[in-house]
Amino acid sequence: MLLVPCPHCGPRNSSDLRYGGESHPRPDPATATPQQWRGYLYLRDNPADWLRENWYCRSGCRRWFTVERNTATNEFRNPPMPGDKRGGKA
Amino acid sequence: MTGIVRRLRRRPPKYSAAGLVWRGMRGEHWPRIWRDTELRRSYDAVVVGGGVHGLATAYYLARNHGITDVAVLDKAYLGSGASGRNTAIVRANYLTPEGVAFYDRSLQLYNSMALDLNINVMMSERGHLTLAHNDSSLRTMNWRAEVNKLQGVNSSVIGPDEIKKIAPALDTSDHPRYPILGALYHPPGGIVRHDAVVWGYARAADHMGVEMHQKTEVLDILCEGGDGPDGKGPGGKVVGVRTNRGDISTPVVVNCTAGWAGLISAMAGVRLPITTHPLQAAVTEPVKVFLPTVVVSGSLHVYISQTDRGELVFGAAVDAVATYSIRGSLEFTEELAGHVLELMPGISRMRLLRQWSGLCDMTPDYSPVMGFTPVDGFLVDVGWGTYGFKAAPVSGEQMAEAVATGRTPELIAPFALSRFDTGELVGEKGAAAVGH
Repeated sequence: MLLVPCPHCGPRNSSDLRYGGESHPRPDPATATPQQWRGYLYLRDNPADWLRENWYCRSGCRRWFTVERNTATNEFRNPPMPGDKRGGKA
Repeated sequence: MTGIVRRLRRRPPKYSAAGLVWRGMRGEHWPRIWRDTELRRSYDAVVVGGGVHGLATAYYLARNHGITDVAVLDKAYLGSGASGRNTAIVRANYLTPEGVAFYDRSLQLYNSMALDLNINVMMSERGHLTLAHNDSSLRTMNWRAEVNKLQGVNSSVIGPDEIKKIAPALDTSDHPRYPILGALYHPPGGIVRHDAVVWGYARAADHMGVEMHQKTEVLDILCEGGDGPDGKGPGGKVVGVRTNRGDISTPVVVNCTAGWAGLISAMAGVRLPITTHPLQAAVTEPVKVFLPTVVVSGSLHVYISQTDRGELVFGAAVDAVATYSIRGSLEFTEELAGHVLELMPGISRMRLLRQWSGLCDMTPDYSPVMGFTPVDGFLVDVGWGTYGFKAAPVSGEQMAEAVATGRTPELIAPFALSRFDTGELVGEKGAAAVGH
């Protein structure tokens, strides 16, 4: 069980949240090529290291936020502050 | 005469009952089943990953195509990853026609494996029940049964009465929260001893001249001519591999890893549609045999089989969060026990012996990624999710053909990496053993 640092609700069990996967900027649908778009949809870095990822606080504040987690050790760092611009699904 | 004797001695010792008695009487040890050789500086092909997929690829390269100058590299020991951690179930009752054709071939190879490799893989064709607890899963079962029948795979949908006859331990009454409404019965499904499959392929490949190198970690893949840094990336070609035991030059690298597939591919500048998730499993103390088939429940996220020793082996869905950490969790054990008791209330006093996890490479469509990549000479056999073990023989056979001929075999063409560029995904989620 992971203890996920939600910016509004504090540390919460990961079962209270929904895992949203890697955080990547969304390409502009008006200008993106099909290959860029499919790359955004499907391709992942999947590092065994620090990773920026999205979480949805399902049974708490019901907001998306972005946090860094080490996928080899499951440590978290740099949780966003409430109202932080980094919060929200990228 | 002495020449013949010497040649006979050099032949691999055949495993047989007579050999067992002979060696037992004389107190002789069996020779090591694969050699420990020096790592050379050059090979015709290098396979990364010494699990069932990598070893099968090397074996079929040597047996079917005569390519024996092959090295299989593993950073730990052979079969140390998912090959030794899976729940050893084999079946061919998939949902898509591509999947059914592929896994049916794999099942055929498993059935003849003991003879082909001269090793007892303990193939037990005991039947496979996939339970349906609601109308929508019953509908998927019917769909799968029809797809299977059309392709000559023995599957049918049966009702609770027949399920009770096959596996009396299951609670088929309407009392449980998720009552059993029916099941997809697949008689050719069963279990195989996974370690024996690893050893069998390693031994057979070794006899043909393939080299297995354990504790040999791949640190980098050397490329030239590509778009990215150091000549990696699309348009480039593979020239070698850097390991913790020195550099190797080779024109062909086959990535047969699970868990680390994305990291190995990144070394050649290839991005994959893969995230790594742990899958937890557990085993109980041994009891008398009472469960004759493999039982799977998608709604309850569990699959159960009883080994020949009598232990019940439980597997579950992959953990939701992508991670390389394989620590077990208490919530998994609690959930698993609850779900198993929902199916078989009679085993509530049984104790769990052990719990472990292995890494699964999950793709967006739950189908693997196989064949050529934009980097010349770099092939992948990855993204097996939770199906890797049951697909190993056919994957090895087809990957060997791809390496030897330079063309993608028809059977694996649907699983090419390029499907994510064109959007032609092969949705196999409906036939995943358990919900994900």
